[in-house]
Formats: sequence, structure tokens, C-alpha cells
Amino acid sequence: MQYMLLIYSAEGDDDAQPGDIMAEYGAFTQGIVQSGAFKGADRLKPVADATTVRVRGGKTLTTDGPFAETREQLGGYYLVEAKDLDEATAIAAKVPTAKYGSIEVRPVWAMG
Amino acid sequence: MGHGVSPGEAFRRHSAEALASLIRLVGDFDLAEEGLQEAFAAAAVAWPKDPPANPRAWLIAVGRRKALDQLRRRIAFRSRRETLRVEAEIARQAAPEEADEAAAAFGDDDMLRLIFTCCHPALSLEARVALTLRTVCQLPTAAVARAFLVAEETMAQRLVRAKAKIRAAGIPYRTPAPDQLDERIDGVLAVAYLVFTEAYAGDPGRSLADEAIGLARRLDALLPGRGAIQGLLALMLLHEARRPARWDGAGDIVLLEDQDRALWRRDLIAEGLALVEPALRAATPPSPYAVQAAIAALHDEARTAADTDWRQIVALYAVLMRLSPSPVVELNHAAALAMVDGPATALQRIEALAARGALAGYDVLPAVRADLLRRLGRADDARAAYEAALALARHDPERRFFRRRLAELDRTACAGDG
Repeated sequence: MQYMLLIYSAEGDDDAQPGDIMAEYGAFTQGIVQSGAFKGADRLKPVADATTVRVRGGKTLTTDGPFAETREQLGGYYLVEAKDLDEATAIAAKVPTAKYGSIEVRPVWAMG
Repeated sequence: MGHGVSPGEAFRRHSAEALASLIRLVGDFDLAEEGLQEAFAAAAVAWPKDPPANPRAWLIAVGRRKALDQLRRRIAFRSRRETLRVEAEIARQAAPEEADEAAAAFGDDDMLRLIFTCCHPALSLEARVALTLRTVCQLPTAAVARAFLVAEETMAQRLVRAKAKIRAAGIPYRTPAPDQLDERIDGVLAVAYLVFTEAYAGDPGRSLADEAIGLARRLDALLPGRGAIQGLLALMLLHEARRPARWDGAGDIVLLEDQDRALWRRDLIAEGLALVEPALRAATPPSPYAVQAAIAALHDEARTAADTDWRQIVALYAVLMRLSPSPVVELNHAAALAMVDGPATALQRIEALAARGALAGYDVLPAVRADLLRRLGRADDARAAYEAALALARHDPERRFFRRRLAELDRTACAGDG
């Protein structure tokens, strides 16, 4: 089985941690890569950079922010390569759930 | 035409166009703004001695060089990896000089790119409005802040935040694909309409209405023959035409029925009327803006308030209800109906609307209700409704108007005829 670990925290708390949280993440990633458990990981940009896509009545509705309704739960994800936000939201609008749920489009931090 | 143009005049005429092209060339709002500012400083020195033949092209060329200098200076503060990235960016952008002329020729496309990027739906409506007024209309941040009753610092933060999202989320600097164009035009028009209604409700001296009309005119010139654009432009012109009669000498609101129609601006009415027919015909069904413009046209064409074709206005509101049903349209429909079927019928509709709670917090609902109650002779109920409207009003002229109505009701009560 594969499992997805979803990381939740209040934005800004990362910076408020004692010690170097990024170094801890480096060590953790290295550990699970060595153990063979690692499949993939990304750090997301903050929710302020999020855009939500919904399709209702055949029309694509694009809104600022992560406005998932409270009864909506995270049910899966796609990681896609797109030239810009318009291309990414066009792909998001084709996700079947976009017709009745919400697709949150969050940019991924480029890691180098 | 460039000879004898002062930097100040060139700024007003060319800054938005030059900025639009610079953003495309340097790929960043802040960098383009800094480059343009330095280009204007350079123009103040260079132009009096040696005026350029094409000020816009000059500003773009110099602005781009200044932006590249800025980028080079930033390298000093970067990590090694970032430095490599920025150096690659400089190499990419350090195009030969002859590219300058080609760049200047793309002004119209760049203006559309700028408008669509500032009005991108991935930005909140308030961010879109702020960014459009600041960059497309070139209003100073302090003026944008004043117009929306927030502190300058708050508005500056809003602008920083909006530009940061453009960068971080990858909002493209591009005219939308044809299949997205209508939807995205609606987004731009929503910004223009919000700016206009804000100006309409506020103080008589505001120039925001001009900015909204200017934006719609610009859009109509760049994307001609589109019913929604023509419709909104007509709607704004036909309302703006009444501005000189809408305020009295003390800055108080004069209602449509009491306005001196000789003060209405015939030039704006003529321009607006000429747009209404093509706007209605441009698409089937017509854009809601075109129908609203047709309603405004009926008011503007009436010689006196008594000549107003209320039946036709009620019919147009019924069309509007089918095209874009909303509680606000329903409220306007009911208010127009009062002029045809009398205040009692209209009041019933408005009570039903109020009971649904759809317009809670909107001062126009109790204001219309109060007016109907006043006309029905129900002074106490009218007073309570005006008090409710007064509590919800956002602008001083509206508050003064409601207080005036309340004072009139008190006088009538004192006179003893209730």
C-alpha cells in the first residue's frame, strides 16, 4: 500500500519553531529515502497564492484563495507541469470532481 | 507630435502604455515600475534639450535599460544559485537595440495584457480593483486608498500582495485564449463597474467615474463590437451624464425626479445612446449591461420626470430578471413597478424580498421601502425604514439625504396631517 502524509500546520509556525526545521526536514527526507519508503514530496507555496477552480453549469469559476467548503474533504491529488496559472486552472477544470467539488491549485516551491 | 511634450504631459499620456510594454519585456511588475520611474527622471533632464520623436518608445527603451541595471544591482544580494538565474535573465533580456522599436509598436497588445492580468480572476476583486486603478489608470496609491476609504498603508500592502501572487502563482501576462475571452472580459467589466458604482455613490468631486469610463472606452477600442463592453460603457455614460444635476450646491443628492434636466450632459447622452442599439444587437441574448443601458437611456430621453416611459422600463427589468436574476434587479424592478401599478403593489414585492433576507445590509432596500411607505401615508413605518437605511448608509451624502427625509416626515407630523 502507498500512503500519503498530508502536512497541516498554521502558516508561520514553521518559522517560529526552535532550531532549524528545514534541517530537520532534510534529515527526515534522507532517512525515508534510505529506508526505501520515499515516493515523492513537495513543499507548497502559502494559501495566499492558492486559486480555487470549480465547474458549474459548464462554466469554469476561478476564485482567489482556498475556499473549500467545510464539508469538502481532501480526496486526492494530481501533480502537473503547466506553463502558467491559466494552463494549470484549465487542467484543474477538467478534473471530474470540479463539477461538484473544488480543485485547489497551489504552486509548488521550486527546489534546487 | 513628440516635439515640445513635457515629461509631465508624456507621463499622463504614456505611462500606462509604457508600463504595459515594460512588464512584458522585463517580466516583473515591480521591476518595470522602478525602470519606468527612473526613465521619467532621465526624461526630465534629457527632453528639454533633446525632445524624442516618439516619447513612448523612448520611455520603454530607457525604462528597460534602467530595469536591467536594477536587476544587475540586485545580484549583489543574491546567493550563487540565484545569481546564475538572474544573469541568465539579464542575458535573455539584453536584446539588441533595434528590438526597442518593435517593442514600442506592440502597445495595444501590451495594454490588453496589462488589463487582463490586473483583472485576473485568481486575484480577489478588491486586489483587482486596486491593481487596475494603480497600474492601468496610473492613479497614485494614496488616491486609490482614499477612494476605497482605507489607509494608504493598507492599500500599499494590498498592491504588494497582489503583485506577489501574480509572481508566485504564475498568473500569465497574456491576452486570454479565445474560448476564455468572454468570461475574462466579464471579469474586467466587473472591476470597471465596481469602480464606477463606488464613484456614483460617493462625493460629487470624485474622478473615479472618469477612470471607469476611460477603462471601458479603452477596452471597447481594443476589442470592438462586443455587446458587454459597449453595454457597460453606454450604461456608465448615460448615468455620468446626469452627474451635474445629481448634486446641489451644498453637495447633497438630488433625486432623478427632481433633477434639472437642462444640466444633463448632452455629449455623454449622445455617445451613450449611440452605443445602446449595437450593444443590444451584438449578442442573443443581450448582455445584462446592454439591458441596463437601455433602461438608463429611457430615463435620459425623457424631457421631464413625468414623461418617463415606466411601462417600457418595467418590461426591461423583467428581461433583466430573466437574463441575470438577482435581489438587486428584483428591488429595482419593484421600484419601477411602483410608477406603473402604484406603491402598494411594489411594497408587497419588497416586503417579500426583505423577508427572504437576501439584501440584508444593503441600504437601498429600506430606502425604497421607506419611500413607498411615505407615499402610502404610513409615516411611522416610513420613519422606521429611513432610520434603518441611515444606519446602513456608507457615504455622507446618502446619510444627509435620509436625515432630510426624516426631518420632512417630522414636519409633516407636526403639521398634523400624519
